[in-house]
Amino acid sequence: MATTPSSTPAPKTNRIGLAVLDYRGGKTTLCAGCGHNAISERIIDAMYEMGVQPERVAKLSGIGCSSKSPAYFMNRSHSFNSVHGRMPSIATGAMLANRSLLALGVSGDGDTASIGIGQFIHLMRRNLPLIYIIEDNGVYGLTKGQFSATADLGSKLKTGVVNDLPPIDTCALAISMGASFVGRSFSGDKRQLLGMLKAAIAHEGTVMLDVVSPCVTFNDHEGSTKSYKYMIDHEEPLQEIDFVPAFADISVEYDPGTTVEVTMHDGSRLRLRKLEEDYDPTNRTSAIHRLTEAHEKGEVLTGVFYVNPKAPSFLDLLNMTDQPLAHLPQSTVRPGREVLQQVMEELR
Amino acid sequence: MASTDLAPRGMAQNAGAERIVNNMSIQVATVNGSGSQSSNTVLLRSIFQMGIPVSGKNLFPSNIAGLPTWYTIRANKSGYVARKKEIDFLIAMNPETAREDVLALAPGAAVLYDEPLNLNSLRNDLTFYAVPYDKIVATVCPEAKLRKLVKNMIYVGVLAKLLEIDMAEVEKALRKQFAKKVKAANLNWGAVQAGFDYAAASLAKKDPYLVQRMNATSGKIIIDGNSAGALGCMFAGVTVVAWYPITPSSSLPEHLIDYMKRFRIGADGKATFAIVQAEDELAAVGMVVGAGWAGARAMTATSGPGISLMAEFVGLAYYAEVPGVIWDIQRVGPSTGLPTRTSQGDLLSTAVLSHGDTKHILLLPASVEECFTMAQDAFELAEKFQTIVFVLSDLDLAMNNWMADPFQYPEKPIDRGKVLSKEELQRLGSFARYKDVDGDGIPYRTLPGTDHPGAAYFTRGSGHNEKSQYSERPDDYENNMERLNRKFETARSFVPRPQVETGKSKIGFIGFGTSHWALIEARDQLRQEYNVETDYLRVRAYPFTREVHEFVQQHERVYIVEQNRDAQMLSLLKLDVEPSLAGRLRSMAHIHGLPLDARSITDELMTMEGK
Repeated sequence: MATTPSSTPAPKTNRIGLAVLDYRGGKTTLCAGCGHNAISERIIDAMYEMGVQPERVAKLSGIGCSSKSPAYFMNRSHSFNSVHGRMPSIATGAMLANRSLLALGVSGDGDTASIGIGQFIHLMRRNLPLIYIIEDNGVYGLTKGQFSATADLGSKLKTGVVNDLPPIDTCALAISMGASFVGRSFSGDKRQLLGMLKAAIAHEGTVMLDVVSPCVTFNDHEGSTKSYKYMIDHEEPLQEIDFVPAFADISVEYDPGTTVEVTMHDGSRLRLRKLEEDYDPTNRTSAIHRLTEAHEKGEVLTGVFYVNPKAPSFLDLLNMTDQPLAHLPQSTVRPGREVLQQVMEELR
Repeated sequence: MASTDLAPRGMAQNAGAERIVNNMSIQVATVNGSGSQSSNTVLLRSIFQMGIPVSGKNLFPSNIAGLPTWYTIRANKSGYVARKKEIDFLIAMNPETAREDVLALAPGAAVLYDEPLNLNSLRNDLTFYAVPYDKIVATVCPEAKLRKLVKNMIYVGVLAKLLEIDMAEVEKALRKQFAKKVKAANLNWGAVQAGFDYAAASLAKKDPYLVQRMNATSGKIIIDGNSAGALGCMFAGVTVVAWYPITPSSSLPEHLIDYMKRFRIGADGKATFAIVQAEDELAAVGMVVGAGWAGARAMTATSGPGISLMAEFVGLAYYAEVPGVIWDIQRVGPSTGLPTRTSQGDLLSTAVLSHGDTKHILLLPASVEECFTMAQDAFELAEKFQTIVFVLSDLDLAMNNWMADPFQYPEKPIDRGKVLSKEELQRLGSFARYKDVDGDGIPYRTLPGTDHPGAAYFTRGSGHNEKSQYSERPDDYENNMERLNRKFETARSFVPRPQVETGKSKIGFIGFGTSHWALIEARDQLRQEYNVETDYLRVRAYPFTREVHEFVQQHERVYIVEQNRDAQMLSLLKLDVEPSLAGRLRSMAHIHGLPLDARSITDELMTMEGK
């Protein structure tokens, strides 16, 4: 019998020649079924499909289950697991030092909405180029199941404790503070989350994505409003999301009556097919109004709530040079002798 | 007063029995917000321009307008610039404190006061000069609403006459002060002249104080410590600055903004730096740590309350080994304390800031020159040792004007420390972030964005092994902490060495920071007045270098002079010196919030020495 040598097929690669394996991270130590793991998977998919050089990415996080997750994707990217609630300042510093980085911040609802609310708000005000993901499960997982500030009124802990304080809507907050791309998704909604993440990569400015991500151990029971079941029953998507990257060179007709097309900073196109006829994701005021309404109706609204690809970023406001500050040579950062002489002369 | 301060008798043109030349302290008692700062600066500069060593200290309240403020100018031919305890010449402008100010004077002092205050009835052992400010100001300043500001220039003119300050120098100083505001300069110059003319016509010189031209300030500059620090940071190549306003540190980043806008904008009109006013001190230091991690020379400036807030991040930077510079412009604590008064009270809290076992490098500038040079040392050390470096200035140094020789241009090239480039990684193949390759405890790092698949590592504040992987293993933890200790020991040989004068006495002084200026004067007083010789070591950094241990060994009694309650420097020394030597260390701690004066040290040493 004749044998033909079988060759293993070359792994599929993306536009920069990397395989999806090149975007993988360490083995997760989170609970089996944790929504966070699904989000890590979507991040890997989005970065792979967008052909992002992993070495260009800086992963940043605070403290908590969510903040551990950067260890479980993209090992070829630098990562900084910092202190509780303070990732925004670390991210800001890193981006000021090197504006060529693609900053990806991963936080949780405790890390963001309680201890980190101050830094969160000021980050949103600055519109720093950064993708900020809240892996939102309504509880503190690592300390075993206390309520967070995004838990809904009346939701119940496993122990029977009922939450009697209103939740902070991080999306409404982010929009009102100046973030230029704000959306909510669900870790179980692969297609929507992937589309949003790809658009996020193309955006220049702060992207704030609140991703409901059920905690299978402490908040997936009857009476929880952040469980898989509750999300499947109550999720109300605003749009169907389609993302056309700049490098794809695809031109497909769309109906402006039913679809909003947003051209992103890099020329990519974010297409939002309206499921609600009147919703306009470029109007800040109506976005906040619609979110307030959703709370009153008990809906979990998902989709891109607000996007403004033209808002000036913090780096523009600072009039920073295009070269990363971290790599400026001595000849640029140390003024010459004549400068010191001039200053000394003025002080005589 | 030492007899050497007296000029020969019989030379006075006036009635006084003696002349005291180029040796006096002038105190202007006023209300803050009244615009007296310009007058005081003009006075200070005029004397400086006459070649006489001079220093100015502002004792001000934590308030914008309406509370008492005292500005002290000391002119001293021997070059002493510490605060002088005794006031020789009081300019009483504040009705609220005038009585108390006059009663506190030593016999023989002179008082210049606003006529309606009638202070001359309070005592008969002082020289009084009355000036009708309101009448004079009305003649030179037609606009009523400007009179309050111009009024203060009148005492400059009166004083110029009484002390024989050259009016040409006064005008030069005044025109420099008002720079391009010609109209304001003319108005104020009119007030100075009116004051001078009034004194010439109506006041007979009765006190002994005079200034006479010298040549001791030629070529020198006048600058405050925060400006000097800001300049140092600019020449150190700082690129990222994050700060939150707090007295007395705010003027450092503010001056830095001014300098950077002038000298660090590229040819394309773009900034080669980023300066951010953060939402609080936690965010400020967080940005510094983020920027340091990503490879920038990053810094913040704060004071005690900010240091307390920064504790957690500083611990992270210590453990994750991230460079950064923190200026702590010390003020009086604890808590809000006395926000506008000076102190050396943050030595212990910064040396071990944050929980767990931490140790930090501290630099201790005593002068404006050292604010300039140590700014550069701080960035070099921070990147060399991949850690936070504190520069501990204080309010007295930071916000007051000091004479100095012009600063020297930094000759040493900038050294970014052990950072592996793409090419080095290609050669090495891989690297372990926290491995002690060279035996000095200092590992190698890579910067985010380095285009090599082996460049990335996971930075964390949780337990980690050499490869920066998460680890709770006891041996990994211990090895890492011991290496960090080794790194700190290495730093002993690289931090600024102390200034030492030894070999003459069994009595040694150890001081640091601004205590230096009172200490050098006190040593002269002890020698001249009591024939007591002392040795001296000025600590310039923590960890302590070899010289500090040797100095303690060489002296039977070592007096540690510092401006705090709990003898913080002494405590740090006790941890460091051989236990058998700890008994030699004696505390001379002072906590009143005023800059330290020489007389207090002299008196205390004589008491402690049982003499």
